[in-house]
Order: sequence, then structure tokens, then C-alpha cells
Amino acid sequence: MALAQAKLDLTETRLAEMPAPTGEAGWAGEARSAAVARVRAMGLPTRRDEYWKYTDPATLTQAAAPRAAVFDADGEVPLYADIDRLKLVFVDGVFDPDQSDDLAMEGVEIERLSDALKKDIHWARDLFGVLETRGQDPVERPLAALNTGFATDGIVIRATAKVARPISFVYLHRDETSDAMLHHVVRVEKGAEVTVLENGPAAARFNKCMEIDVADGGAFHHVRAQGRDHERRAVTHMFARVGAGSTYKSFSLTANGAMTRNEHVIELTGDDAIAHVAGAAMGDGANAPFHHDDTVFVTHDAQCCESRQVFKKVLRNGAEGVFQGKILVKPDAQKTDGYQISQALLLDEDSSFQAKPELEIYADDVQCSHGSTTGAIDETALYYLRSRGVPASEATDLLVLAFLAEAIDEIEDPRLQDDIRSRLEQWLSRRRRS
Amino acid sequence: MLEIKNLHVKLEEEDKQILKGVDLTVEAGKVHAIMGPNGSGKSTLSYVLSGRDGYVVTDGTAELLGEDLLAMETEERAAAGLFLAFQYPVEIPGVGNMTFLRTALNAQRKARGEDEISAGDFLKLIRAKAKDLQIDADMLKRPVNVGFSGGEKKRNEILQMALLEPKMCILDETDSGLDVDAMKLVSEGVNALRDEGRGFLVITHYQRLLDHIHPDVVHIMSDGRIVKTGGPELALEVEKNGYADILEEVA
Repeated sequence: MALAQAKLDLTETRLAEMPAPTGEAGWAGEARSAAVARVRAMGLPTRRDEYWKYTDPATLTQAAAPRAAVFDADGEVPLYADIDRLKLVFVDGVFDPDQSDDLAMEGVEIERLSDALKKDIHWARDLFGVLETRGQDPVERPLAALNTGFATDGIVIRATAKVARPISFVYLHRDETSDAMLHHVVRVEKGAEVTVLENGPAAARFNKCMEIDVADGGAFHHVRAQGRDHERRAVTHMFARVGAGSTYKSFSLTANGAMTRNEHVIELTGDDAIAHVAGAAMGDGANAPFHHDDTVFVTHDAQCCESRQVFKKVLRNGAEGVFQGKILVKPDAQKTDGYQISQALLLDEDSSFQAKPELEIYADDVQCSHGSTTGAIDETALYYLRSRGVPASEATDLLVLAFLAEAIDEIEDPRLQDDIRSRLEQWLSRRRRS
Repeated sequence: MLEIKNLHVKLEEEDKQILKGVDLTVEAGKVHAIMGPNGSGKSTLSYVLSGRDGYVVTDGTAELLGEDLLAMETEERAAAGLFLAFQYPVEIPGVGNMTFLRTALNAQRKARGEDEISAGDFLKLIRAKAKDLQIDADMLKRPVNVGFSGGEKKRNEILQMALLEPKMCILDETDSGLDVDAMKLVSEGVNALRDEGRGFLVITHYQRLLDHIHPDVVHIMSDGRIVKTGGPELALEVEKNGYADILEEVA
């Protein structure tokens, strides 16, 4: 089907701005051209696309990144500071070796994407752009294809054992007009385990793609915090293929951000695989717009697999939340256990939450449940707390943290869970004082 | 301690007068009981004094230690020394009981210009108080009142009272939903807090709670007013003859 002229113009204008990567191996070049062809065939998204009905992609697709002020954390200790981890720092989307640890750790191979793509023979060939392509059906994700076509920086990780320390991506934002793209590839070999942490806004505008292949009996854990810059914009994709008896768990914390679209595309391809995705978002539209969209697509393509989606949003002062979550159960995926919950706590009448939960089931012996709620703060609980002397603002924060707890509880590592929880408490109490 | 004069209250949502001129003074060191039939306004009185939304004071005053209670926010009333033990304690999923208790204590200390209590001191304090009320560690760890039995909820109310050491305690039908043993335990908790500097207002339907918590003064409330005041014998009269006789007598 031919694209509408407006969509065609939008796509070609954007592509014209993108510098073609050079000096890469033949297979990488092929992956790039195929990705660009996908972008051309699909066209960049507009509000008229069904999949973008609740989130206007205009600022994500326009040629130049809208300006975003750099957040002043006022000397606050960064997240994960007390966690023993391998730290890899990116400044406005460019890897900074000087601020980073050496790319070496036992049980894992770590390399820059740009180096991997120069090699004629590399394991990443089987994954780079491959999982993204698989994730284009049945729903198109052109911004991910754009990323495969042009992102030159990123990290490729191959875990061959249980990796002792988490690998931590630190995304610093320094330039108010930076437009960053990163593409990471993670391969977890049979029985291996790795944890990837992400922290920071990365840039004024950030397009990130991560492809994760978890082989049989492997485990991938992911905890991310997206920074507190009010005006930053981000579109991220996590494409995961999860093999037999293996685990994929991802948690995201979002506080602030004018535009966030986080997509998860997860395929459970081996029996007894587990995928849990969770998110806690806290948005305040007072200083800048806040729009946060979690879009999740889980495909059960094997037996006895378990998937969980737990998304919580706390919205105030005109903040907007969106959740699109789908569980697709293929005909042979018997004994599937699927669960999905999305909930919003609206602290005032100006804020909004839109949810589109979907189940599509072709197997007959499955257990799938989904629910979505939107509500105000529990006035009775608030009164009870206040009657014990807790000021209204502090009582509200206690209830906010209680509301988000179910999502935070999805983080498996208790140290990371504590870190996220105490950080949220800090932010809330700081907000009360200001 | 607590001085209520000519208090008139109506519902915010509908034009319905609930309290029609309540006069009541509770002195420090005394236990006053309010009895009365359903719908007489007993619980409304407790809610209005603690500052719950949904009520409008149309006339009258309420003072705690000479301070205008009605001008304060709910949390300010608590910090000033008012405590309401709820008839139906509220369940708060996701908020641990310990966190709740510590937050409440520290908020009140802060409001009074005192230092926050250290985590260690708090733990010692709460363990001692909980032991008296037979509240185990598990109940302290669980979310506030979630999955608590009726008796556990009421014990948790008294624990909060013991911890916060208020000056004026209002107990709203604390005996409802309690078996005999639980009532004894709760009453012992209340009696342990009785002292010269503290006032109590015990709202109840039945005499039986007053067998355990001996009142100095008993009031009968009906149709939004205190219609009769007397000594402990008044409660016995209610138990024996019901409210009808008394109400007829004052009508």
C-alpha cells in the first residue's frame, strides 16, 4: 500500500538528515540497508496510526530534536551508587571510555557496537536487527527500524556464565539539543545470567533499541531509571526472545519526561519460559508536560510459559499516562499463564490515563487475566493517616509509594529494589520541602 | 480539657442536620461515656472533632485545652493531642504498620518542635507497647490493618494511642466486633493510659464496655443532643430498661 504523501514526506525528510554509517562489515551494511528499506516501507508513525492513537509521535519523528534543559540533580548521589557494577558511561549518546570501566569482566564479552559491526565474523550478526525485524509483525515499529538503520553506538554483550556484577549503562545528558540513538545487543548463552542497569535521560531526544536473546535456562534482568529531565523525550524498544526454561525480567522507573514511549516486544519461544515486565511512573505536568506510554506485546509461542505485566502510574497536574498491553497466545502455547495489570492513580482531575489491554488467545488450555483501573487517592486512608498527625502531603506520598510498591516488588534483586524505593522516597520528600 | 458548646453540624452533601446543639465538657483525668441509640449523632461527633471531611459546623464551638479545634486541620488536631480510635479502622495496603506508626509519631513530634525519634529507640518503644497488647512482630510488619481480625484492628488502634500518648482520647464504639477476651485486653490497654492529665470520651452502645472502663460521667445522646447526664448508674439503667424510658422521661 502506498504511503500517504504526508507520511512519505515526513519519512524522507528524516532519512535525508541521517548520516549513513561507514566502514562497517558487509553483513552490517546489509542489516542497515534492510532496516532503511523497512522504514521506507512502513513510513514513520503519525497520530493517525492506530498504534499511536494515544501518543503523538510528532516530536519523536521530526528532523531536529526539541530543546530540553539539563536537570540539576543538586549534588544528589546517582542511582546504583552503592551497587558493585561495571559502569559504562554515555554522554549525549556517545560512549565515553574515560568515564567508563574497562570492557572486561569474567563470564561475559563486552564490546562497543561500532567495533562489533566492523568485524566480518561476529555473533551479533544473528541478532542485530534480527529481533527487531521479528518484532515488526503484527505491529509495525518504524522508530526501531530507524534505530537499526542509523545507530552507531551502543554495547554488545555476550554472557557465557553467571555474571557476578551488573553491567550499568549511565546515560548523561549535557547538551540541550542532543539527539541520541543507541543500539544494544545482548546474548545470554545457555544457563548464563546477566543484569543490565540503565540510568539517565541520555539526551534531549533519545531513541534506544535493545535486542536480547536469552538461550535455554538463561536469565536476563533489567532495571532502568529514565532520568529526571522534565523536557527530555525518549522512545525505547526492548526486543526479547526468551528460550526454554529461561527468564526475562525488566523494570522501569520514570519520573518526569515530556515524552516517553517504552515498548517491550517479547517472544516466549521455549517451554517453561518466564517474562515479567513492570513499570512505575510518576508524572507531574506542572513544570513541563508529562506524557508516558508503556506499550507491551508478549507472544506465547511455547507451552507452560508465564508472563506478567505490572504497570503503575501516578499522575498529577495534567500529566498523561498511556498503557497498551497485549498478550498473544499461539495455538500450541498450551498451559500459558498470562497476567496483566495496569493502574493509574490520578491526583487531580486534570490528569488522564488511557489503557488498551488486549488478549488474543488461540490455545484452549490457558489461564490469562488482565485488569486496568484508574482512580483517585483513597480519601478514607488519607483521613486515617492525617488523624494520626501525618500531614496531608506526607500522607499522600505514603499512599503513592504504597500504590507503586507492587511494580517495584517485581525487581528480583533486593538491593536494587531498596535503591529504587528509597530513591522514590527521597524525591517525594524533596518535592514536599520545595 | 475538651469543651464543646452548642455544636451544630450538618452533612455537606445534603441539607441534613445531625448535631443540634451539643454541650459537653470533659475534664482532664476523667472518663466520660456517651451512650445513645443508633443515628443519634455519636459517631458524627467523633468525626467532626477529628476533622473528617463531609460535615459542616453551622454553629457552636469545640476547644481542646483552650484552642479552637474546629479551626485546625485534622493533622494539627492530632498534634495538639486529640486521638480518635476508629469504629472501623482503615486498611491501607502497601503501607507497613511499622512505617505508619513511626511516620505518625515523628510527624507529631516534628509538629511540636521535638526531634524525630531514632530508628533504634522507636523499635524498643514499639516492642514494649506492642507486648502489653499482645501484638506480635508479624502484625507490626504487615500492611496497616490489612488482613487483621476485628480484635487485631482494635488492638492496633489502642497501640497507636499508647504510642502517640494523646491528651484527649475519643473511643468510637471500640467494643464493636470484640469478643470477651479481646474486650478485656483492649480495656486494659485503655485503663493503663488513664491518668490525671488525660481525658477520655468513650462512645458505646452497651454497658458491657463500661464494666471494664469505668466512667466518671455518662451522657445519653439522642437526636443530636445530650439529653441526660449522670453517673455510672445511668449506664446500668440503659442496660436494664433500654433507651425508651429515658427518652420518654426527657421528652
